[in-house]
Amino acid sequence: MNLLSQIPILSIITYLPLAGALALVFLFSKERPGPIKAFATFVAGLDFVISVPLWFVFQRGKPGYQFEERASWIPSLGVDYHFGIDGISLVLILLTTFVGFIAVYSSYSAIRERQKEYYVLLLLLQTFMIGTFCCLDFFLFYVFWEVMLVPMYFLIGVWGGDRRLYAAIKFFLYTLAGSVLMLLGIIALYFYNTTGLLGYKGLGHAPTFSVEALTAVASSLPAEVQVWLFFAFFFGFAIKVPMFPFHTWLPDAHTEAPTAGSVILAAVLLKMGTYGFVRFSLPMFPEAMRTEWVAGLMIALAIIGIVYGAMVTLVQKDMKKLIAYSSVSHLGFVMLGVFALNMAGVQGGILQMVNHGISTGALFLLVGIVYERRHTRMIAEYGGLARRMPVYATYFMIMALSSMGLPLLNGFIGEFTILQGAFARSFWWAFFASLGIVLGAAYLLWLYQRVFFGEITNPANEKLQDLTLREQLTLAPLVVAALWIGLYPKPFFDVLRAPSENIVRAAGGRTALPPALASADAKASKRGAAVEAGH
Amino acid sequence: MTFHGSDWFLLSPELFLTSAGLLLLALAVFVRKEHEEFLGYLSLLAVAVTVALLAIVAAAPARQAGPILAGMFVVDNFAIFFKVVILLSIGLTILASIGFVGAAPYPAGEYFALLLFAGVGMLFMVSGSNLIAIYVSLELMALSSYILAGYFKGQIKSTEAALKYFVLGAFSSAVLLYGLSLVYGVGGKMGLTDLAAMYAGTERTNLVVLGILFVLAGLLFKIAAVPFHVWVPDVYEGSPTPVTAFFSVGPKVAAYAILARIFYVGFPKFHADWGLIVACVAAATMIWGNLAALLQSNVKRMLAYSSIAHAGYALLGVLGFRTPFGMWGILVYLLAYTFMNFGAFAVVIFLETRGYAAETISDFNGLAKRSMPAAIVMLLFLLSLAGIPPTAGFIGKYYLFTAAMKAGYAWLAVLAVLASAVSLFYYFRIAGAMFFSEGEGARLQSSFSLTAAVAICAAGTLAIGIAPERLLAVLRHCVPGGY
Repeated sequence: MNLLSQIPILSIITYLPLAGALALVFLFSKERPGPIKAFATFVAGLDFVISVPLWFVFQRGKPGYQFEERASWIPSLGVDYHFGIDGISLVLILLTTFVGFIAVYSSYSAIRERQKEYYVLLLLLQTFMIGTFCCLDFFLFYVFWEVMLVPMYFLIGVWGGDRRLYAAIKFFLYTLAGSVLMLLGIIALYFYNTTGLLGYKGLGHAPTFSVEALTAVASSLPAEVQVWLFFAFFFGFAIKVPMFPFHTWLPDAHTEAPTAGSVILAAVLLKMGTYGFVRFSLPMFPEAMRTEWVAGLMIALAIIGIVYGAMVTLVQKDMKKLIAYSSVSHLGFVMLGVFALNMAGVQGGILQMVNHGISTGALFLLVGIVYERRHTRMIAEYGGLARRMPVYATYFMIMALSSMGLPLLNGFIGEFTILQGAFARSFWWAFFASLGIVLGAAYLLWLYQRVFFGEITNPANEKLQDLTLREQLTLAPLVVAALWIGLYPKPFFDVLRAPSENIVRAAGGRTALPPALASADAKASKRGAAVEAGH
Repeated sequence: MTFHGSDWFLLSPELFLTSAGLLLLALAVFVRKEHEEFLGYLSLLAVAVTVALLAIVAAAPARQAGPILAGMFVVDNFAIFFKVVILLSIGLTILASIGFVGAAPYPAGEYFALLLFAGVGMLFMVSGSNLIAIYVSLELMALSSYILAGYFKGQIKSTEAALKYFVLGAFSSAVLLYGLSLVYGVGGKMGLTDLAAMYAGTERTNLVVLGILFVLAGLLFKIAAVPFHVWVPDVYEGSPTPVTAFFSVGPKVAAYAILARIFYVGFPKFHADWGLIVACVAAATMIWGNLAALLQSNVKRMLAYSSIAHAGYALLGVLGFRTPFGMWGILVYLLAYTFMNFGAFAVVIFLETRGYAAETISDFNGLAKRSMPAAIVMLLFLLSLAGIPPTAGFIGKYYLFTAAMKAGYAWLAVLAVLASAVSLFYYFRIAGAMFFSEGEGARLQSSFSLTAAVAICAAGTLAIGIAPERLLAVLRHCVPGGY
């Protein structure tokens, strides 16, 4: 069973797309796009296939990291090549390989120019994203975190919409400005661990960038230092999430990016920020989290993001921009859950990261499909599409419902759990957040009504063709995933429970579960104990 | 005064390069215009032999002996490291010049000989451990550089560059010399170690602080820090591009080496006096270099301002001298900078020799279509200049930021990282032009020598970024005085 722990499976999953990209560069002629597409799809698909066994072999409930790989990289600095995952990274890696494959497969007809470069960049991006989720060394993490921006910049800049140059550089500059401040935070931690910095005596340990070691160091620092460091990391993560008021790059980047780029941006890249908060900020800076104004500020920004994001979404005239702004609102939910600092909030937040990836990714795909046919994304240009494209309308309905949090679909589970967590902390948090849900239903249903219902008023829409088989194949897996999480989320909660517990405990929050989840939990732990006894 | 036979052996790389330069000058008379490339390869050979001699010297047991030639020079690991970097920059310049100079209607022999003489000056500079020795070798480098700037004597821009460089360079040398005279006047010694020992035992006086500040100002001129940078854009724009590429790395690296040595060995006691000034200069240099670069549409001017900004980052290392990180930072950064900055200029030269003016950014339009390899290596250099991992520029900047934090200049570190994020904007204007814009023109082919130069730079940029360990391990032994 543990064959997987014998081989460097994480490195294989991470670097397979890179190898594929190199093969594309050197072995394929750009004159013939057919083989390039097929090969890129094969590589992305294979990457997904080999990442699936992780889900089965991963031991739930076991504390710490699994599938660890460690090698010395730059001993002079104490930098290790250190990979390893826990439940949170596992879920996100699977999301990445899953969405990555769909992104590649969905690009066949959308991308007609410079196809070879396009698929090379997509595969490179895949490697950098997976690597970021695997890193257990801050230096290595920073390398992946930064270099990821480069392929995304080119994806937006070459294959994007009319304002692509502006959007691409804005995306790059915003995220870069945040992450360099994070770099200073990492350097500061490095010195607190070794020889000290700015009046604080260091611990005198051997130099290291190990996430585990530096997390321990950070959480032992005095409160005011923790607050400073928290904000150094905050800029890196909050811009990426993006939290209000750092969200202004998002509508531009998402709207201008090619469809697959928007899908990856929404599904995976934004999750880097929330992942950073969960994995690093919470356990590293418990004193900062206990500082009232810091915690209050985070919650306030999250709630403003939810409500303000939803209100701005409501007035959008461009479908893609509408979906993009809705991300601000949804990610606000995730942040609210995370900063609620209890089990329901954190687990719900992480699950909602996945849900948002599935729903919003699918919505971007859907918008891309009509854009390919009509070359416009303005809502006013459409109307009555349900008559011409019934299958398309169905898919759109399912994903819109999932995005607005209808029961039986994934969004409901995430939002409900987050609200539970928020409610446990404060009635008002939950109240304002539910306002976001109401607005969410409003903008999605209104969008749906304007695009799909009524008579066809625009003659250009008369001849629209319904979904092709390939388009259905890209959407169907997302629908299945949405239904799975909506109907039976327990496997996800099982995977997320142990790491969330660690994080909540480290952050000084309450790990006790609300009753509804606790009973499910007790069953799970009983079964877990039985499995272990059977070993 | 004691002289040893082994002293001459330790200086054999410099002596060889001097004679090679003289020989080249004489030989050039007999070489016809169409065979001038031969002179370039000959000078390249001379540099290669110098490197070999340097390797022999570095490995020789006789090197343990400390200062040589009556304390004038010292061949420590610090000097060896910088000599390698300088010879690298000379070699790269020759490679990048071969096609360029051959096409120009001016004699190539003088060009290559002057390049070698400038190299000799720099090799002596980084070894200097005596104020007079440092000054004289600095002047040898500077005089050769002035002439190189005006090598295209028929072009008014090139002549203007040379004149400007000469006037401001001579002025800054005078400032430096005045500072040195004050320092000597108070301390009564010329040797750096003697001076340090002397000052350690005496009271701090205002006169010596004034002298140190003059020395600092003179050196800040040479490394082109704000507010002593005004000559840079014009000189860089007007000089022949390979010479600009050379100016942006070789002399700058050498000036940094003596700045490091003088302040690290000679004036450690006065850190409190020059620390804040250097911090302010570094801040102004990073801010102004990057902001001004944002506004440029001429590529050479943009890279000129970018190199000003990079001088500012490197000053963080000078500030960090009280911890090892500062010195390591300067060493690794200057090596990384040599690779990436020369590489970027080499791509400009590539365009220029292929019929583009390479003046404005629009000359880079659609380069990806005309020559994908050139566009990709240029992207690599730009990423490295902007400090994006995994490139040499990131490792270098990492060390510098570390040094600034450790030395207690957290505000400066914040400023530096933000400035470096801003710099991405103008670097990526070139990247955007290369990959996003449509350009006309046929596919471009590179010459052998230029390809070699670019390949060396690209390999260095990537190698330091991905596998820096060996370099970093070596650098630990390269602080001044280390063997």
